[in-house]
Amino acid sequence: MPAIARPKRNLGDWVFFNLTRLFALLTLLMLGGIIASLVYGAWPALEHFGIGFLWSGDWNPPMDKFGALIPIYGTLVTSLIALVIAVPVSFGIALFLTELSPAWLRRPLGIAVELLAGIPSIVYGMWGLLVFAPLFSELQPLLASSLGIVPLLGKLFRGPPLGIGLLTAGIILAIMIIPFIASVMRDVFEVTPAMLKESAYGVGATTWEVVWNVVLPYTKVGVIGGIMLGLGRALGETMAVTFVIGNTSSINSSSLFEPGNSITSVLANEFSEATPGLYTASLVELGLILFLITLTVLVFSKLLLLRLTRQEGRGT
Amino acid sequence: MTASLNLRRQRQLINRVALTMSLLAMSFGLVWLIWILVDVFHLGMSGLSLKLFTEMTPPPGSSGGLLNAIVGSLILVSLATLLGTPIGIMAGIYLAEYGQHTWLGHTTRFINGILLSAPSIVIGLFVYAVYVAKMGRFSGFSGVIALALLVIPVVVSTTENMLKLVPNSLREAVFALGASKWVVISKVTLRASTAGVITGILLAVARISGETAPLLFTALSNQFWSVDLNQPIANLPVTIFKFAMSPFKDWQEIAWAGVFLITLGVLGLNILARVLFRQKHRS
Repeated sequence: MPAIARPKRNLGDWVFFNLTRLFALLTLLMLGGIIASLVYGAWPALEHFGIGFLWSGDWNPPMDKFGALIPIYGTLVTSLIALVIAVPVSFGIALFLTELSPAWLRRPLGIAVELLAGIPSIVYGMWGLLVFAPLFSELQPLLASSLGIVPLLGKLFRGPPLGIGLLTAGIILAIMIIPFIASVMRDVFEVTPAMLKESAYGVGATTWEVVWNVVLPYTKVGVIGGIMLGLGRALGETMAVTFVIGNTSSINSSSLFEPGNSITSVLANEFSEATPGLYTASLVELGLILFLITLTVLVFSKLLLLRLTRQEGRGT
Repeated sequence: MTASLNLRRQRQLINRVALTMSLLAMSFGLVWLIWILVDVFHLGMSGLSLKLFTEMTPPPGSSGGLLNAIVGSLILVSLATLLGTPIGIMAGIYLAEYGQHTWLGHTTRFINGILLSAPSIVIGLFVYAVYVAKMGRFSGFSGVIALALLVIPVVVSTTENMLKLVPNSLREAVFALGASKWVVISKVTLRASTAGVITGILLAVARISGETAPLLFTALSNQFWSVDLNQPIANLPVTIFKFAMSPFKDWQEIAWAGVFLITLGVLGLNILARVLFRQKHRS
């Protein structure tokens, strides 16, 4: 009996093993495939403009002149604004959820934060354009007359109050990534062994001292990893930005009130109308640049988060 | 004595300030999100009518519905799920059951984690470069591929994590009965983690139903009724994008109703996934 059954089940095993391995390999190859296909699609532009594409400020489709400076500037500035707002707020939320909140409120609030992290970005973008931007344009003169007169920093808050622009895009992005960063930070904070915290409380430390001197140093790597993960999301976000950034391919001053363009908003707005050839290739090259930037950020954040899990395995 | 008293008071003050800030941060975060949700529900509900489900998307400046976009979205999302789920589950099985400590396993797990948070707009460009550009036209099928590529990483990682939760003693018990490895996996471990795997699929569906960016390069949109996957096909996210950006009041109203439908669907799926997962882990 076993003599008959054996070859059959070995075949089943072999087929199943290789099938699953094939699909794992397929997932792995996807990343390489994405980069290769983007390089291929961007080739005409890569060849024509060379490395100068990165810092050329031209974006003139009729003249076939393209440069990535303004979209890259828009992407970096909006993501930076988002982080400046989102990181402290997320830290506060994570602190509240892990140390401060009464036990009965902890679960519902935690679930609410996680659910909100799942809302599609088009919702944030549309709300930003139709509800937030009109209100914000009334607030902008106030910002200009208060923050605008501070030396140096003031330059960022001048200009006509349009409601839309780089600052608005940054704020909407921040609102979008707050639940995301907060839930990662909370998970990371919960990794801290209770014994460490209780020892600190035991020698008379206040809640703040425990968080600042025990929890944060212990989870430092993971916190930075979580922030980078949020940054990766902000850099590649399309809809929340495209609605409110203003979509103009020129920057006239250093003011954050200026309308602009990010890599993703250029792609979203112009791709379906782009003529084949240099125009399309330049857009694909923008996509390639975006992918390489986010890839770097994500790899860095994954490595940091991996280090935290390893430390967790070793510690306690 | 007074110095130590001062120090103590100072420490308590810092603590109180910090905790107040934390409370403010929590309320700050919640206020925005509640504000957005209230607006979406309020404005979306007022745009809700039977016409939404019976009429096609209107030309500029007139009223109409979202029938073709709703049907198009349902087609795209269900086909993408059907296409991406088996691939994701198989790859997840490899990671959990075969490739725990192999080179391929480690690398795939790492790359999958990156794909999970890679910008969806780049996935759209990828499908454009390898499929749409070759075919010479935007099509519903390319949209299905793009969304399927977004499904895969989500399903891979949940499948892997759920399979890892199955205790090894269960596997050993079945092996002891003489079953081969693939029988153990398909008849026992996979079945033991069904609820978890379904949770992952639901989360993946929730993720792709709101995706707009990849569809701009693939399925595009269609003002008319079409279920031909070789042609551009109407779908909710791109229609909402177009309508919300327009200056027409009628279009904006329809866009709010559409956003309301998507939000409701995504929240519903997320809650369902959570309930399912919790039930399973209580029993």
